[in-house]
Amino acid sequence: MRLFVSEGAPGNLPVLAAAGRVRGRAELLISTVGPEECMVPFLTRPKVPVLQLDSGNYLFSTSSICRYFFLLSGWEQDDLTNQWLEWEATELQPALSAALYCLVVQGKKGEDVLGPVRRALTHIDHSLSRQNCPFLAGETESLADIVLWGALYPLLQDPAYLPEELGALHSWFQTLSTQEPCQRAAETVLKQQGVLALRPYLQKQPQPSPPDESAVTNEPEEEELATLSEEEIAMAVTAWENGLESLPPLRPRQNPVLPVAGERNVLITSALPYVNNVPHLGNIIGCVLSADVFARYSRLRQWNTLYLCGTDEYGTATETKAMEEGLTPQEICDKYHVIHADIYRWFNISFDIFGRTTTPQQTKITQDIFQRLLTRGFVLRDTVEQLRCEHCARFLADRFVEGVCPFCGYEEARGDQCDKCGKLINAIELKKPQCKVCRSCPVVKSSQHLFLDLPKLEKRLEEWLGKTLPGSDWTPNARFIIRSWLRDGLKPRCITRDLKWGTPVPLEGFEDKVFYVWFDATIGYLSITANYTDQWERWWKNPEQVDLYQFMAKDNVPFHGLVFPCSALGTEDNYTLVSHLIATEYLNYEDGKFSKSRGVGVFGDMAQDTGIPADIWRFYLLYIRPEGQDSAFSWADMLLKNNSELLNNLGNFINRAGMFVSKFFGGYVPEMVLTPDDQRLLAHVTLELRHYHQLLEKVRIRDALRSILTISRHGNQYIQVNEPWKRIKGNEADRQRAGTVTGLAVNIAALLSVMLQPYMPTVSTTIQDQLQLPRPACSILLTNFLCTLPAGHQIGTVSPLFQKLENDQIESLKQRFGGGQAKVSPKPEVVETVTTAGPQQIQVLMDEVTKQGNTVRELKAQKADKNQIAAEVAKLLELKKQLALAEGKPLETSKGKKKK
Amino acid sequence: MAAAAELALLEKSLGLSKRNKYSARGDRQIPVLQTNNGPSLTGLTTIAAHLVKQANKEYLLGSTAEEKAIVQQWLEYRVTQVDKHSNKDDIRTLLKDLNAYLEDKVYLTGYNFTLADILLYYGLHRFIVSYEERTEQRGRPPLTNFYLETEARRGYRSSPRSHNQ
Repeated sequence: MRLFVSEGAPGNLPVLAAAGRVRGRAELLISTVGPEECMVPFLTRPKVPVLQLDSGNYLFSTSSICRYFFLLSGWEQDDLTNQWLEWEATELQPALSAALYCLVVQGKKGEDVLGPVRRALTHIDHSLSRQNCPFLAGETESLADIVLWGALYPLLQDPAYLPEELGALHSWFQTLSTQEPCQRAAETVLKQQGVLALRPYLQKQPQPSPPDESAVTNEPEEEELATLSEEEIAMAVTAWENGLESLPPLRPRQNPVLPVAGERNVLITSALPYVNNVPHLGNIIGCVLSADVFARYSRLRQWNTLYLCGTDEYGTATETKAMEEGLTPQEICDKYHVIHADIYRWFNISFDIFGRTTTPQQTKITQDIFQRLLTRGFVLRDTVEQLRCEHCARFLADRFVEGVCPFCGYEEARGDQCDKCGKLINAIELKKPQCKVCRSCPVVKSSQHLFLDLPKLEKRLEEWLGKTLPGSDWTPNARFIIRSWLRDGLKPRCITRDLKWGTPVPLEGFEDKVFYVWFDATIGYLSITANYTDQWERWWKNPEQVDLYQFMAKDNVPFHGLVFPCSALGTEDNYTLVSHLIATEYLNYEDGKFSKSRGVGVFGDMAQDTGIPADIWRFYLLYIRPEGQDSAFSWADMLLKNNSELLNNLGNFINRAGMFVSKFFGGYVPEMVLTPDDQRLLAHVTLELRHYHQLLEKVRIRDALRSILTISRHGNQYIQVNEPWKRIKGNEADRQRAGTVTGLAVNIAALLSVMLQPYMPTVSTTIQDQLQLPRPACSILLTNFLCTLPAGHQIGTVSPLFQKLENDQIESLKQRFGGGQAKVSPKPEVVETVTTAGPQQIQVLMDEVTKQGNTVRELKAQKADKNQIAAEVAKLLELKKQLALAEGKPLETSKGKKKK
Repeated sequence: MAAAAELALLEKSLGLSKRNKYSARGDRQIPVLQTNNGPSLTGLTTIAAHLVKQANKEYLLGSTAEEKAIVQQWLEYRVTQVDKHSNKDDIRTLLKDLNAYLEDKVYLTGYNFTLADILLYYGLHRFIVSYEERTEQRGRPPLTNFYLETEARRGYRSSPRSHNQ
């Protein structure tokens, strides 16, 4: 058979990928023809690619050629695959042709290109995330994936046209793009030129007619109601009618919470925040808040749940901070532990325990694990060369050295990495190294250290991963990180440090050393539990009965997924290891990164001063949770989401439902006589509720929040269509209808209050108070939608739940927290100074100002030469100016200047 | 003909006793079939192929890999080309191409009758009457032969003409 292709024809991509996929490419003769040559004798218009079969027949449809290759290999297509292919031909192609023509031939960009295809992309994304499968037609790759990938690749290979909110589409696309046949097809067709490689072909094509405009103006995809079977509807109605009866008895919360045999025991940890930093919003969403949603959800399911966290207090950074503030390390920890605890309390984080790592239990457990590893031969000794500051009399941690980058010559390279060229640096390679604290030059000294022999533990780790990973809910990024570490091979890791502030190493010759924080920080979870209950081993040495969920940002994955499991496996002490490692990507701030040192972003303690309630913060952070890809906090978007999703959608629905009960029915839930339409709504709500459960069971927190909003949108539409406020004034039948609609709506509001509990606990309680929702119904969430507010139930006083955020309010917050500064400030060089000044630089500048001030005073006192004095004064003024600039930034993080 | 009516006709001719209910989605009234034991199916050719399998008449989807691909190609042609809102020129080209293709064939795959013939038959219905009228006097072109062949085979019209007329 013979394949005719033309340079830059988009159809080449799927065809070549499919040919490569089924390894049929060898017998395939490929000829390149011009874009205007008619290869199919019976078609008037040119068409490529075309496959001429040995029988003489022609296949001129791209997906049929792909299908033929698949069929030759014995792969038949099921209904779902056929459905995708039909959709591709009828919906995706018209939209995509228009977008590609815009981009490639007309040279347009941005929304002009994305506009026509956005709906189709969203459709793919929703289908993928709804069916919860990695591929379009199920668990394995099919013809549909190849055909759609090939169609989309020219556009989506440019990240600008792969909208970041479409996480499922994103990971599907990445998965396919990294496959060998797809990669090869992409290289052959696009020749590294990106989408412009399509130009020779596309410019010869007539301009595609724009896809049906009306399709775009339809309601968004998620509003499309699934069609329901009679059975589903009947089951939803039965469940609804059973009402409160079907709720199991409420489980009292135990103290302490301990695992119970035969029950689901869920142990949840959130990465331990480092004590001497105030956490920023990215830290909060990355671990404590995400874990909190899951813990609250787990309790709503009546699973036996223990959620713990604490401050990670040892290490060199604490020592330095203590020096800076003139306190002892212990005093610093005591001070900052309280700051952390307060922040999390304000954010309503429902820890069962919020502990700390500087406790006797930490020493005991860490030393025990170390001893067991030592006895079993998993600890090595080696000599390490390190920088030591003789002036400060201590070895310098990487981040306390600065110098000239050995690669690019940048003057302020850090001991671990150069900020300019981004290369990783070994601190002893720095040229002209300086101690960041005293600015004197450190010397290279060698020191004995202990290493964990990871290569020796690698096999056990792989065995454990082999058992744990399949079927677990490890996030894809965590799997990826662990896989790449294993691929590169594990190396011995140093577990000791020349410090005082840490867990002592119980070994002769190491008395003046402590364990490196990453060795004992993860042991913090165990010691924090041990401080909570002396039966801590029932949680931590009980892998058969305990499901361990660990939440963190992705930079923490190696320690939790690899290093700690290796340590624990090496002890041969039956430790509970992580069953589900849930790692987020990063949250950015406006257009850049959160930076404590540069003073950009919102930090935990400042969120309280904005006047925006904690639940709104929680909602917005969870709405943009970096699940699957990085996301960004944006003030303008926060305003938008608050005003549209919370105020107009959720708040509006719940408030209306309650108000109708109060106003039209004297505060008593009216009698409900369900029509077939109402029953269908019940089933739709049930469906969405199930979807919410499926997502949360997989810890897809951000996606599950969408289900809540979808239900409330259904609710709003239902009220809008049925107009109870008009019917209440009508005849008997109309009034009964108004009653039914009001009753059903207020019950949906009650359901939403429970579904909302993990996300917005205070709002949830407020709604439940307003509706006087019976106690068990507040704290248990089943997979069915029940009538929890039966006819005759009396509700309380209803009042609005959310407040509008105003533009000027948000604008002033944006100014205050440094977001979008670059746009506001007229002088870029000023911005440069402002954004690079951190508390340490300010301190340095202040010291220099004082010093220079003294110099000037001394010179004046000595009645020195006028010119000399003038020169020194000029220096002083310049320093003062620099200091003013450094301090004048909207966000000032040094102590005592928190509030205005 | 609305898609739902077309599918109902197809069910009947496939001898399916249990009739399905169809809903329609969007402006183009794309048919949706709700199945009891799975998710719904959307799209005319997808549902049609599903019905063929339900009726255990898989041969209507083609017997060899080549035939199967050809059937699907013409099913796609039906929903993308024939159903497109086209101007007169487009329609003329479409009929001309089909005519040329069918020059040496009885059915779309050659000699075997398939689902592609059925759906193309339905799809062409809106053009074919005037086409026939215009071409009747000039001897019968292959497309008309095809049309009549298919028609006779399925007995769709109330008063079918004989195809060997």
